[in-house]
Amino acid sequence: MISVKGLTKRYGEERAVNDISFEVQKGEVLGFLGPNGAGKTTTMKVITCFLPPSEGTVYVDGMDVRTNSLAVRAKIGYLPENTPLYQEMTVFDYLLFVASMRGVEPKKRVSRIAEMADVCGLNSVISKRIEALSKGYRQRVGLAQAMIHEPSIVILDEPTTGLDPNQIVEIRELIQNIGADRTVILSTHILSEVELSCDRVLIINRGELVADGTPKDLRAGFAGDQTIRFGVKSDAAPVHDALADWKGINISETISLPEDETVFILTTKNTDDVRPDLFRLAADNGWAMSELSRVTVNLEDVFRELTRD
Amino acid sequence: MRETWILAKRELRSYFDSPTAYVVMSVFLLFTGWFFTSTLFLENTASLRSLFDLVPFVFLFFVPAVTMTAFAEERRSGTLELLLTFPVRDWQVIAGKLIAVMTLLMAGLSLTFFYAITIASLGDLDAGATFGGYFGLFLLGMATASIGLFASSLTRNQIVSFIVSFGIIFVLYMVDKVGPFVPGWMAAFLEYIGTDFHYRNLLRGVIDTRDVVYYITLTIFAFVLTSYSLSRRPD
Repeated sequence: MISVKGLTKRYGEERAVNDISFEVQKGEVLGFLGPNGAGKTTTMKVITCFLPPSEGTVYVDGMDVRTNSLAVRAKIGYLPENTPLYQEMTVFDYLLFVASMRGVEPKKRVSRIAEMADVCGLNSVISKRIEALSKGYRQRVGLAQAMIHEPSIVILDEPTTGLDPNQIVEIRELIQNIGADRTVILSTHILSEVELSCDRVLIINRGELVADGTPKDLRAGFAGDQTIRFGVKSDAAPVHDALADWKGINISETISLPEDETVFILTTKNTDDVRPDLFRLAADNGWAMSELSRVTVNLEDVFRELTRD
Repeated sequence: MRETWILAKRELRSYFDSPTAYVVMSVFLLFTGWFFTSTLFLENTASLRSLFDLVPFVFLFFVPAVTMTAFAEERRSGTLELLLTFPVRDWQVIAGKLIAVMTLLMAGLSLTFFYAITIASLGDLDAGATFGGYFGLFLLGMATASIGLFASSLTRNQIVSFIVSFGIIFVLYMVDKVGPFVPGWMAAFLEYIGTDFHYRNLLRGVIDTRDVVYYITLTIFAFVLTSYSLSRRPD
C-alpha cells in the first residue's frame, strides 16, 4: 500500500530523515516508535504530502507523492501532533467543513458526520465549540475528521499524548476499531501502545531506521539467553553449589532478600523451558522455593538498546 | 474553485462568529462617520471627497489588523499543516483568505453607501467621481489585503505580521510623495509604483486602465510571494 525507498529529508544541513526504506501492507497497523526528534513526524509529513522528500521515493497505492500529490492526499486521513483544530468552530461545523473540503458528496455529509459522531463518541458535544472541549474530546474530533471521508489509510501522530489513562484506553479502542479494516500508521513513544495496537513496528532513531518487525520478532531477536529468576527460602549455599554444577545453567546474579530469601538470576542458552526442571530440583532437595519466573525481554529493553547512545 | 469558496466561507464565518467582524465594521464606521460629517457642512459641497480622502488612511491600519491572523495564527496553531494535507492547492488557500478579507472590508465600506444616498438627496452628487471613489477603494483594499496576507504568511507572530504589512503599505503610500526631492525620471517611476497616485487618478471619476492594471498587478505580485512563502513549508 505504501512504499518508501531511500527517503531522506533535509532541513538545511541537517538530515531529519536519513535513507529510510520500508513497506506498509494494506490493512496493517504500523507503529513508528522512537525518541523525540527521531524523524517519525517528518516521515509522516512526507507521506501525507505536506513536505516533499529531499531524496528517495514514496509511493502510496502506486502513486508518487511528488507528482500525484492531490490524489494521494485524498486517500489519506491525517491527525497531526497536538491535534490542531479551529477553536472557534462547533464540532458539527468543523466536521462539515472537513467533509466539504475532502469532497464528501453533499447528500452524504450529514450522515457521515452522524456516523463519525457515533464511532468517536461525539454525540454529546456535537454542538459545542471546540475550544470548550476537553483534550480527550478534541482528540476524538481529530480522529473523526481523519476518517470522515472514508480514507483507506489513516496516519496518526502521537494520538494519545497528553491524555489521562482513561482517555488513552478509549482512544486506543477507537484506533483498534479503525485499524480493523484500514491501513493505519501511528507514531508514539508509549511502548505498551505499540504492543497492544500494532501489527508491526518501525523503530526510528536520529533519522534512521534501526528496527523493523512485529513486536514479537523484535523481542525474540533480543531475547538471547533464557533468563530465569529462581528464589529459595532456605540455606543458599547448597542451592548455589547444585546450580553451579548443573550443566548449561549460569548464575549471573545472586540477590539476598530479607526473611532469608535468596534469588538467583540464571541464564541458559537452552531454548527449552527449564522451569519445570528447576521445580523438580527444588522438590527433590527439599528447598522452599519462593519464586520461579521467566524474565521476558520486553519492547522497552529493545527500544532502549537500539536508541541509547 | 469549489474549495476556494469553502475556505472563504469558513474564514468569514470565523470573523462573524467572533467579535472581529462587528468591532472592525463598527469602529470603521465610527471613524469614517465622524471625520466625514465634521467637515461636511463647513465645506457645503455635495461630495464624498472627504470620505474618499480618509478611507485609505483607515485601511492602512485596518487591513493589517484584519489580515494579521490569516496565516500567522494557523501556522502557530498547526491548522495550516492539516489544511495543506487536504486535496487542495496552496493558491486556493490564499485565494479563499483573500476573498474573505475582501468581503469583510467591502461589507464595512458598503455601509457608507448611506452617506452617498444621503448626500445625493441633499445635493447634486457627481456619480462618476463617487463610482470612481468606491471602485478605487475596492482595488486599493484588494491590493493591500493581498500584501497583508503575504506579511501574515511570513511569521507565526501576529504582531510582526501587522507591523510588516503596515510598513509595506505605508511605504507604497508615501513613495510618490517624495517627488519634489528626487530627479525627474525617478519621480515618474515612484509615482507609478505608488498606491496613492493611482487612487487619486481613479477619484477623478475617469477609469484609466493603467490604474486598474496597477492594482491587479500589485495584488497578483503579493499573491505570488505568499504562494512562495507557503511553499517553503515553514514549521
